[in-house]
Parts: sequence; structure tokens; C-alpha cells
Amino acid sequence: MTDIPATVLEPEAGPQPTAEERWRALKTVSPGDVVYRTVLTVFALLLPLVLVTIALELGVNAWPAVSKFGFGFLTHSTWDPVRGEFGALPLIVGTLYSSLVALVIAVPLALACAIFLTEFAPRWLRAPVATLIELLAAVPSVIYGLWGIFVLIPLLRDHFWPVARHALSWLPIFSGVFYGPSVLAGGVILSIMVLPYIAAVSREVLLAVPPSQREAGLALGATRWETVWTVILPYGRAGIIGAVILGLGRALGETMAVTMVIGNRHEVSASLLQPGYTIAAAIANEFSEAVSDMHLSALFLVGAVLFLITIVVNAVARVLVWRVARGSAVGSTAI
Amino acid sequence: MTKTFAALLAVATGAVLLAGSAAAQGSIRLTGAGATFPYPIYSKWMLEYHTQHPNVEINYQSIGSGGGIRQFTDHTVDFGASDGPMTDVQIQAVNGNVLHIPTVLGADVPTYNIPGVTQQLRFTGDVLAGIFLGQITKWNDSRITGINPGIPLPDQDIVVVHRSDGSGTTYIWTDYLTKVSPDWAQRVGKGTSVNWPVGLGGQGNPGVASTVKQTPGAIGYVELIYAVQNHIDYGLVRNKAGNYIQASLESATRAAAGAVATLDPNTDFRISITDPDGAQAYPIASFTWLLIPKEMSDATKARTLLEFVWWATHDGQQYNEGLSYARLPEPVVRLEEQRLKSVTVNGKPVLPANYGRGQRGR
Repeated sequence: MTDIPATVLEPEAGPQPTAEERWRALKTVSPGDVVYRTVLTVFALLLPLVLVTIALELGVNAWPAVSKFGFGFLTHSTWDPVRGEFGALPLIVGTLYSSLVALVIAVPLALACAIFLTEFAPRWLRAPVATLIELLAAVPSVIYGLWGIFVLIPLLRDHFWPVARHALSWLPIFSGVFYGPSVLAGGVILSIMVLPYIAAVSREVLLAVPPSQREAGLALGATRWETVWTVILPYGRAGIIGAVILGLGRALGETMAVTMVIGNRHEVSASLLQPGYTIAAAIANEFSEAVSDMHLSALFLVGAVLFLITIVVNAVARVLVWRVARGSAVGSTAI
Repeated sequence: MTKTFAALLAVATGAVLLAGSAAAQGSIRLTGAGATFPYPIYSKWMLEYHTQHPNVEINYQSIGSGGGIRQFTDHTVDFGASDGPMTDVQIQAVNGNVLHIPTVLGADVPTYNIPGVTQQLRFTGDVLAGIFLGQITKWNDSRITGINPGIPLPDQDIVVVHRSDGSGTTYIWTDYLTKVSPDWAQRVGKGTSVNWPVGLGGQGNPGVASTVKQTPGAIGYVELIYAVQNHIDYGLVRNKAGNYIQASLESATRAAAGAVATLDPNTDFRISITDPDGAQAYPIASFTWLLIPKEMSDATKARTLLEFVWWATHDGQQYNEGLSYARLPEPVVRLEEQRLKSVTVNGKPVLPANYGRGQRGR
């Protein structure tokens, strides 16, 4: 601070400096500034560097599997560590499927929460409920997993399915015998885990909608519900899409809770009632005891696939947000 | 400010000096890594050994058998540990410079949950292979009722539960099924993780046990120690001699003794002891191994490591029962003594030929 010439801070004090003196004072670069700028630059570059290092490391370690299996790795469903044959289709499908189920359940619930908390809830109720929803995000995932094994699965198997079977069993996604650990159980657990993220961000987005928009809607004779549906939600749609993508990212990478309830089976099945597997769960399960080099390389490769999936999801989200954000500033500021 | 700094500096220097003097007195550090299954007994041994020999510090990281073999191959640890023996290809990777030293025994037991059935069920290798291949799908299948006369088994689907994580427990189980069922050997084979024909995956022994407990009609396998410590009921398994055996520490040790009776004295110990001879031998048991180099470069480290392994396979075995591990049978220990004495540094044996005389029977 003291290095800054007094002339810059208080140009009025003392005799007026000549133009040349002032120019020189402005030109002097304080050494503190140089250090500050260098440190910031290094930190800023470190993050992309970490990303590049991860990608390189994945690529190098996955190469043996890439050269052996090629594109077949993505389309085959045999995962046989004994014979060294690896195909990741069940893992990829299971990851996307369970995350999709999670979003189908979580998005309406989270939006309902957000709308209720910003538009309809009495003022004294808003903060406590919002805090409680956000607390869901603080529960460790292994706790969700245990809850899944001891509460959710028995509930689904012994109470939900015996009733729902009559109505749903004609659907291919509800076919087969239901033993408990399944894509459905994994999806439900994931939906509870991503709900607080989607709800919290959506709530912020809706709070950021200017009161004038609301008032304009109501003034035109819309009911409160019509105002929400036709004015507030469209205004915040970019932010809401961002919230959903944030939840999706969380769901794709979740490991512990999913592996405890999804059944961990390398098999592609259209039915939600059948066991499945996800990429993150398979890596966590098999990495430490992967004895053969090809097994290890296949796990690296499937990790690289997950990396790509998340990059694609993020890219798609960016494009979506840009497209819908045109004209409404709320969304882009909120995310 | 400067005072604190000076004090810190003094403390740091002191610490360095202390560490230096300890090293001068011959403090020796060994590091190992590998299997998780024997971790409790290994850490007990290392702790006890450190109390008896304060200058020896052994650090063991239970990162899994695969990781143990890899770190041993990369020479980042002094010794490795594995629940499954190294393959021929892996042994080539270290130019054959490895000894497999069995340390303790583990066993797998079948655990099941059939509503309304409280009696202890009997299994044969054929039946277990049939169930895990998905060929026997109902509990009242004649192949199961045939060996369980008098037990009313329901018309209930069998739900197979296996380990989803790679594990030594799976290695023992699949090694047994490979031996007793040609069909299993051809379709699945053995390994720390395999391509399961049917079933749900549970994570770790707790994952399998809880899935079995929560799922009517389920059958799974867990490590004997886990079943004993958690009071989980398990079935009897018929051995080669035709007797139905209850798994226990003694019957596991008998399995090793039965298998070793017919052993070549020059064995490299990469042997499977599942489905062994012996009237009272439990058929689903296995060694777990320490991996140590045959030829080492550091004489002090070599001597320390060998003395520790010698102690673990002799005096150390007294701690096994306390932690529910089965002891090594005597004949195996005799053979291991020969193997440990064959380790060399620069071509010279590390342990004297008469090492260990007079401490037998302790």
C-alpha cells in the first residue's frame, strides 16, 4: 500500500506535479503488483493443468485396453476379468439409466419445493424448510446406502411393488422378478441425494426473479398459479436448467450409495427392477483387487468414458443455458 | 516472534538428531502392502514384534492383493501380500524373484435366508456350483432336498448374492467351485473377481451378509471370520471324504494339513487347498501369502524381514485364534523354514543353517 505514490492518491496535496512526473508515477510498477499478478496467474493455470493431467493419466493407462478392444469396448456387455474380456456397455447404460431415473423423480419434487418456498409458503416457514432440504446434502452417501439397504429396498419390495405390480407389470421397464437391489432402488436413492442441489439452486433462481415480473403477471389478471407457470418459471428457465445439470453431474459420479443398492450386475436390462451397475461403482469395487494389467486398464478406460460423459453433459448444459438465457438475465447470473 | 522461531528450530534440530541417533542404533523400517483379509492379524504381529524388537518398525498398507502384487513387482515395498498366488506371467515380470510364504488360513461359508427354515442346511460342491451357475433356481429343487432330508424347503426362488468388489474371499469360493464343477471351470473360472452367471453383487462381507439377510430366498458366501464374529448362521459343506463339515478354525487347519500331506517338498506354495483329502477337513479354505524376494540386495533388511516372517509363522501363530484366523499346520511350517533359509543376498544365504533350533514347540 505504502508503495503507491502519494501523487496518485492525493493529487490535490502539495504543489501540482508536472505532467511528466505524473506519467512516471503511473508507469512505475510496484513489485508487490508483480508478485500478486504472478501468484494469481499460477493459481489460475493450476486448475486447468490438473484437468489436463487427469486426462493424460487416464489416456496413458487406458491405452492397452483401447488398443485391444477399440470401439467394441463401448458396445460389448461381457465383463470377464478371468478371461480378460471387457465391455463397458452395461456400465455406461447403468450410469445413464440410474441418473435418468433420479432426475425424473427429483426434478418435479425439487421444483415444487422451490416454487412453494418462494411463492406460496408463509414467511416463517421458508427458512426452516429451506435449511432442512439443504441438510439433505450434508448426509454422507454411505448413510444413504445403509438407509437404502435397510429401509428403502424392503419398502419397495414388500410394500410398493406388491401394490404397483398390477398396474405396472405390463410395461417393459417394470418386467421381471423384483428382488430388491435394482436400478430402481439406485435411482430413488440418487434422486434423494440430488434433490437438495436442484431445489436450492432453483430456489435462488426464483428468488432472483424481479418482483415487477410477478406484479405484472398478477396485474394482468393471472392467478398466482398462472403467474408461476407463465411468468416466473420461463423467466428463470436458464437457471433451472443449470440446476438440473448440476444434479445430473452429481448423480453420474455418485459411488457409495449407488453400489450399496443397485445390485452390481454387469448386465444391460430395460427393466428398472433388475440389478445394474454404474461406472463409478465398478471402479470403486474392482480397482484395488484388479490383478491383471488388462483389468486395470479396462477400469481406467471406463473411467475415461465417465470423464467424457460428464464433459459432454456440461457442454450440452452450456449450450442450453446460452440458448434459453437470451433475453432473461436471471438465469445466467444465478448459475 | 523470533523467540518462537528459535524454539521451533531447536525442537526440529533435536528431532532430527534423535532420529539420527535412532538410525545409528540400527532402527530398521520395512514396508509392505497387499491383501486386506489378513490385515488384522498382520498388524497385530507387527505391533507385537515391534514391542519385542523396538528397533524394527514394519509398516503394512492393506491396499488389496492386486495392489500388493503390483507394488511388489515395482519394488516400491519390501514385501507384498496376496490372497491369490501370483500367476506365471506375473512371476516372469519379477524374473522369478519371489517366494510365496503362507501365513494364515481363511475359509468361506455359505450363508442363506429361507423364510421358515431354521435348520442348518447341507450343501455339496455340485449343488453350490449349480446354484451359482443359475441351474438350480428353486429351494425345493430335488438336488437340494435330496441331501437335506426332513427339512421342509419352500417353493421359493433362489437369489444368488456374491461380492461385487474384487476379494480374496471370492478367490477362495471360485477356486473351490472350479475344482468341484467342470462346468464352472469352463464357464466362469477362478479369480478375485469373475464374470458371475447370475446374482446380485454386495460390497464387502457386510454387503453380502446384509443383502442375504434382507432378501428372502437369498444365498451368499462370506468369510468364516466375519460369520463367526457377527453370529451369522451358515451351512455345512460336504468334503471329498463324504462328510458334511461345519466350518471352523480347526477344520480349516485340517484342510491345509490334508492338502499338504501329498505335497511335493519343493513346492512353491502356490497351491490351492480347496477340496482337500482328510475326513474332517473343511473344503472351502485357502492360504493367504506373503510375497518376499528370493534374492535381496540389502543384507540388514533381508535379515530383519526373514526373522519377522519366521517369528510370524512360529510364535506369531499364537495370536491367530484371538482374531479368528486358522493356524498353519506343522508340516507347512517345516517346509516354510526351508524356504526362508533359501533366501540369499548376493548369492549368500541370509539365515544360518541352524537358525531357529531350540525354539520349536514354543
